[in-house]
Amino acid sequence: MAIVEVERPVLVEHGPRRVWSAVRQLPAIPTLVLSVVVVFALFAGQVAPHPPTEGELRMRTKPAAWVEGGSTAHLLGTDDQGRDILSRIIHGTRVSMAVSLMAILIAGTIGTVIGLVAGYRGGVIDALLMRLADVALSMPLILIAVVVAAVAGPSFRNVILVIGLLLWPRFARQVRGETLSIKENDYVALARVAGRSGSYIVWRHIFPNIVPSLLVISTLQMAYVILLEGSLSFLGVGVPPPRPAWGLMIAEGRHLVWTAPWVAAFPGIAMAVTLLAMNMFGDWLRDKLDPKLRQV
Amino acid sequence: MQRYILGRIAQLFVSLLVVVTFVFLLSRLSGDPVQLMLDVTATEAEKQALRVQLGLDQPFAVQYAVYLRGMATGDFGRSVLSRRPVLEHIGERLPNTLMLGAVAIALSVVIGVPIGVYSAVKRGTALDHVARVFAVLGQAVPTFWLGIMLILVFGVWLGWLPPGGKSGPESYILPAITLGYFTAAAIMRLTRSSMLEVLGAEYVKFARIKGLRERVVIWKHALKNATIPVLTFSVMLFVIFLGGAVVTETVFAWPGLGRLILEGINTRDYPIVQGGVMVFSAIYLLANLMVDVLYSYFNPKIRYARPGA
Repeated sequence: MAIVEVERPVLVEHGPRRVWSAVRQLPAIPTLVLSVVVVFALFAGQVAPHPPTEGELRMRTKPAAWVEGGSTAHLLGTDDQGRDILSRIIHGTRVSMAVSLMAILIAGTIGTVIGLVAGYRGGVIDALLMRLADVALSMPLILIAVVVAAVAGPSFRNVILVIGLLLWPRFARQVRGETLSIKENDYVALARVAGRSGSYIVWRHIFPNIVPSLLVISTLQMAYVILLEGSLSFLGVGVPPPRPAWGLMIAEGRHLVWTAPWVAAFPGIAMAVTLLAMNMFGDWLRDKLDPKLRQV
Repeated sequence: MQRYILGRIAQLFVSLLVVVTFVFLLSRLSGDPVQLMLDVTATEAEKQALRVQLGLDQPFAVQYAVYLRGMATGDFGRSVLSRRPVLEHIGERLPNTLMLGAVAIALSVVIGVPIGVYSAVKRGTALDHVARVFAVLGQAVPTFWLGIMLILVFGVWLGWLPPGGKSGPESYILPAITLGYFTAAAIMRLTRSSMLEVLGAEYVKFARIKGLRERVVIWKHALKNATIPVLTFSVMLFVIFLGGAVVTETVFAWPGLGRLILEGINTRDYPIVQGGVMVFSAIYLLANLMVDVLYSYFNPKIRYARPGA
């Protein structure tokens, strides 16, 4: 990456003033929410008031602190095993973040490589790879994920792999499209005249130009991955218990709807707020970096 | 156009082949199904007899060929648990999934279109803002959570509607809302933006200049053209609904196809899983094909956007 930085023309002034003006432009509420989520994910052990997987049986199914019968020791109440819901939600951010980051990394890497190759090479390779992407895109994603996760056994690693391997075409399509238009530029032709190899051109001249779009798609897809992971965990084929995943917590709370509705309610609210912030941030980033991505 | 559609149909079969092959490989990778189907006390001879009966003693390629032939002819075998043909199970469940999808589509259109029109016409008013919040939330609220909360409010607290299962028409309401909220929000956004586009068009201005009443201008002249993308999108809803079917059916204990597949997975009833996934994917891919064809019909650019198509 360091080499890429040098090659790019320096268009912006650096220094603290620049940083401050960039910070001021961030959308306030989504940035705040996402910062909290990131802090929770990084420092879950320090922030959470209780251990996420150990419950006190005395304190089973206590409601939230502001409801009669609740206690301030458990702000959002406890579940049927006496585990603190707030602590589980805080630790749950870690699961959501880890799964979505790693799945996006896998999908993004595969998708980018395939998109670059297809777009730059063109011809039969392009046609074949894009047919493959079409096929992969037309699959009933949740269903396939459920079948795979069920057969391979629900585990943290499998969830990431399944989602990552199913999501690459979304990246590949976008990257291919941009590669097609970028390779028409004069500097690519000049590099070719200068005798640069294909892989050099793709890596040094094309890839840096698609990084902004990759960032935008990644942010927008991250919300989708969190939702997908939630659905899988909810169905019992995602992150296995007792790890505190939001979808899993909602699934556990489902059976308590009659007696302890807060067990399912709070993780869902946490999830909705996070997704909302992520979508808003992604939309903002898209308009900022690349308004032509509006279709994505 | 014809070439494009033919290409897409060919692609559908490739996709289907990939799905069924995938499921075949997975079910074979997950170990010896005979172990799961028989008691632990079963003798080796009994196991061998079952293997022969299921064709598991054949070479891998032969098994695959037999399996493919079964998938293509609709002979999905029998359920391990109930011993009834898989096709019968699917026949019982599929109508429930399709009906729920149809109700949810109707609901999303009935809610999404009028709100979208009002939101566009009364742009910038309080109503527009409320509608847009409704739409943005639709993107973020997890379906399975929304379902549980609806059960809590209308099933448990108010006791107005059944919390799950399929009984009378009233049992459709909560699952349909759950399934349809996301899409109602999407339809609303789409109607709003295409109405805004149309409302600025010359012919709408002209209709106003002619002195037509505002109501006629909006609901007759403008909406007519604004519905084209919405109509196309409605078919796509079906694709989205099928995707969400597994989750929604689980939340509401809805006896649909998605639930059947999940039950099959949980009980290791592989014939059910294989047949279910095959039928589910075929419908899903067909709906996807319809969306693409409709889009390319309305927007010829798409036909040329893909290489080789």
